Amino acid sequence: MKMELGQWQPAGNAEPAVADPVRPLAIEARGLVKRFDGFTAVDGVDLSVPEGAIYGVLGPNGAGKTTTLRMLLGIIEPDAGYRRILGAERPHDVAHAIGYLPEERGLYPAMKAYEAIAFVGALRGLPLAEGRRRGRELLENHGLGYAAERQIRQLSKGMAQQVQLLATLVHEPRLVIFDEPFSGLDALNQGKLERMMRALAEKGTTVIFSTHVIAHAERLCDSVAIIAEGKVPFAGPVDVARDHIRPQVRLETRKDEGAWRAALPNDARRERKADGSAFWYFPLPDTGVEPLLRALIEGEAGILSLSIERAGLHDAFVAIAGEAAARALELTAEEQAR
Amino acid sequence: MSTSSPIIGGRLSGLQAAMVIARRDFTAILFSRSFFFFLLGPLFPVIVVIAASSVGQKTKDAAYRPVLGVAMSAADNDALLKARGALDTRLGKALPELSVIRKVPDGTAAGGPVELTSSQGKYVAVVTGSLSQPVLTGPQVQVEAWTGPLSVLAAQAQGRGPKAYPQVTTRAIATPAVNDRAGRMRTAQNSQTLLFLLTMLLAGMVLSNLVEEKANKIIEVLAAAVPMDAVFYGKLFAMLGVSFVGITVWGTTAGLATIGGWSDLNFTAPAVGWPAFIALGIAYFAMAYLVLGAVFLTIGSMAATVREVQTLSMPASMSQLVTFFFASYASARPGSTLAFVAEAIPFSSPFAMIARGANQPELWPHLVALAWQALWVAVFVRFGAELFRRRVMKSGPVAVKPKRRKLFARAARA
Repeated sequence: MKMELGQWQPAGNAEPAVADPVRPLAIEARGLVKRFDGFTAVDGVDLSVPEGAIYGVLGPNGAGKTTTLRMLLGIIEPDAGYRRILGAERPHDVAHAIGYLPEERGLYPAMKAYEAIAFVGALRGLPLAEGRRRGRELLENHGLGYAAERQIRQLSKGMAQQVQLLATLVHEPRLVIFDEPFSGLDALNQGKLERMMRALAEKGTTVIFSTHVIAHAERLCDSVAIIAEGKVPFAGPVDVARDHIRPQVRLETRKDEGAWRAALPNDARRERKADGSAFWYFPLPDTGVEPLLRALIEGEAGILSLSIERAGLHDAFVAIAGEAAARALELTAEEQAR
Repeated sequence: MSTSSPIIGGRLSGLQAAMVIARRDFTAILFSRSFFFFLLGPLFPVIVVIAASSVGQKTKDAAYRPVLGVAMSAADNDALLKARGALDTRLGKALPELSVIRKVPDGTAAGGPVELTSSQGKYVAVVTGSLSQPVLTGPQVQVEAWTGPLSVLAAQAQGRGPKAYPQVTTRAIATPAVNDRAGRMRTAQNSQTLLFLLTMLLAGMVLSNLVEEKANKIIEVLAAAVPMDAVFYGKLFAMLGVSFVGITVWGTTAGLATIGGWSDLNFTAPAVGWPAFIALGIAYFAMAYLVLGAVFLTIGSMAATVREVQTLSMPASMSQLVTFFFASYASARPGSTLAFVAEAIPFSSPFAMIARGANQPELWPHLVALAWQALWVAVFVRFGAELFRRRVMKSGPVAVKPKRRKLFARAARA
């Protein structure tokens, strides 16, 4: 990944959510706190999710992701702080415009697939007859038309999950909240879900999802909130998160030695490739690359290549949330994989 | 999503949300196999009771129908039997059955005691002599009981009975002006018992009502879409609807049994009159059910498994029983402070008030009581929903209680 040459400024750790001044906010939360029996599950969470964004809430198990989402949805009330969802302070006032797929998925086993979709739609204000019509149509369009009349208990787990996903969307919500949507899905269905989420965002639907898999957030999200131990040390665009790690300069020269070496930072390291050639690797200096370039040219180093690599979201997560949270994230992913 | 439909629907009111839940639950329960057995369940004891009472009644009728053996002259015997037939429509059960023992020539004295003994209990007494001088032989109790009717029959047989009977105009009224306190008290007690049995049978069902949602993990979908209060109301309304279906079936069965003569439901008319009393009965059942149901739903919602629900059901049933006994005891003292307390406590109020409906004619206290009970339903539902949200709808690691933390900290320091 490349970035514009120029001076690098690290993003402030204490920066609250970065809001797009043009797009209104679908979700705005300030100082959300939730305690359970003296245990603080969520401790002062701030979130700003612009309309039409794909927004990830990234953190390990027990970090407070689900509790945060539940507070946003009005399933539980925060002990402190406030939230505004689609302009409403009470989430249930805009329930008809919200879709929610919980982490623990389930539908009534005796219901037929299209009825289950219609029922969830009815809960969100969609008339039952219209919900049934849409339910059949959605199942048909997603290759599940043959299962419309089957009871949920007769479907495979994967199919039932797809039915629930369609039920989440049947009333065409403006905001969709997914709690760990990828867990339990195979790679094929994960891909399908990613495409569906992108399609929703393209239509202007705001998508917010929690995940412990950085790759999903990195691939999908415009912005993320990194959450660890109930706190959100970072919330904002993914690019800004990456900027928490100083970009790395990768320099390959024809010559190994020369006066130009003095221009390299002290922490520059020499790394050798498999073919025997070597390159320099060091963090982008505060002054940018222009003085270095000048020194290289004047010192006739023979520049073969020079690139500036931005950190990935994983490195950013480690830098922002700390090693312990990153390890917890990996453990969560391993548990899920098992 | 590929649907291109225009935006349809919108925000649901609390009642609409509750009805969505109620409709699903009602349909699911009504079309389940277990509902059929639920309907049959109470019918079995009812059928057994009706059958037993029917057989018992027949046995009783057969055993205790008083028959007088008639052993007079053939002409007197025939005249007496005719007189019995003529008076039957007017006096009915007041007259004894007559059975001719043997016909003897006019003027021949018959051995009454001998006939009575040889009948082996078939006759309660034996009539001998003539129509002008009948002799009734039998035990003291029977002789005293049947002397009057026998003399009426003998007079009728001799043509000395009334020639014409004046037409009696009848006026049946719903609330008899006469003092029938005991009868009304019986009506009150029977209504209370019926109300209690129905509540006991049906309110307990809501204990396990939220277990399905928790087991199927759909509770979060519900809680995210509609307020928890609406979920609770929806579940209560659904079960109330199911209860009414059950009551309709059982009531119809009981009604048919009464019409068919297999059951003898005979209550004194209540003070407020039958139509109002039945309407109040339905309203108080609904309130008793909703008040108890809201509490049971809350208790049951804390349970994670059906086994836990079963454990909870015993204390729940016992508390119902205590409530019923209290209301029953208080209602036997109408107008007392205790009766007022029973009418005011939300759990016993429906039982106490239905008894009041049987004993006292004013209707306005019932409107107040129904509003009072509805208020408590709302309070219990709100409390239950809040408790459910706090206790059940939480996630994340289980907290260590502060006290224990301190204990562990002290242990660590030591």
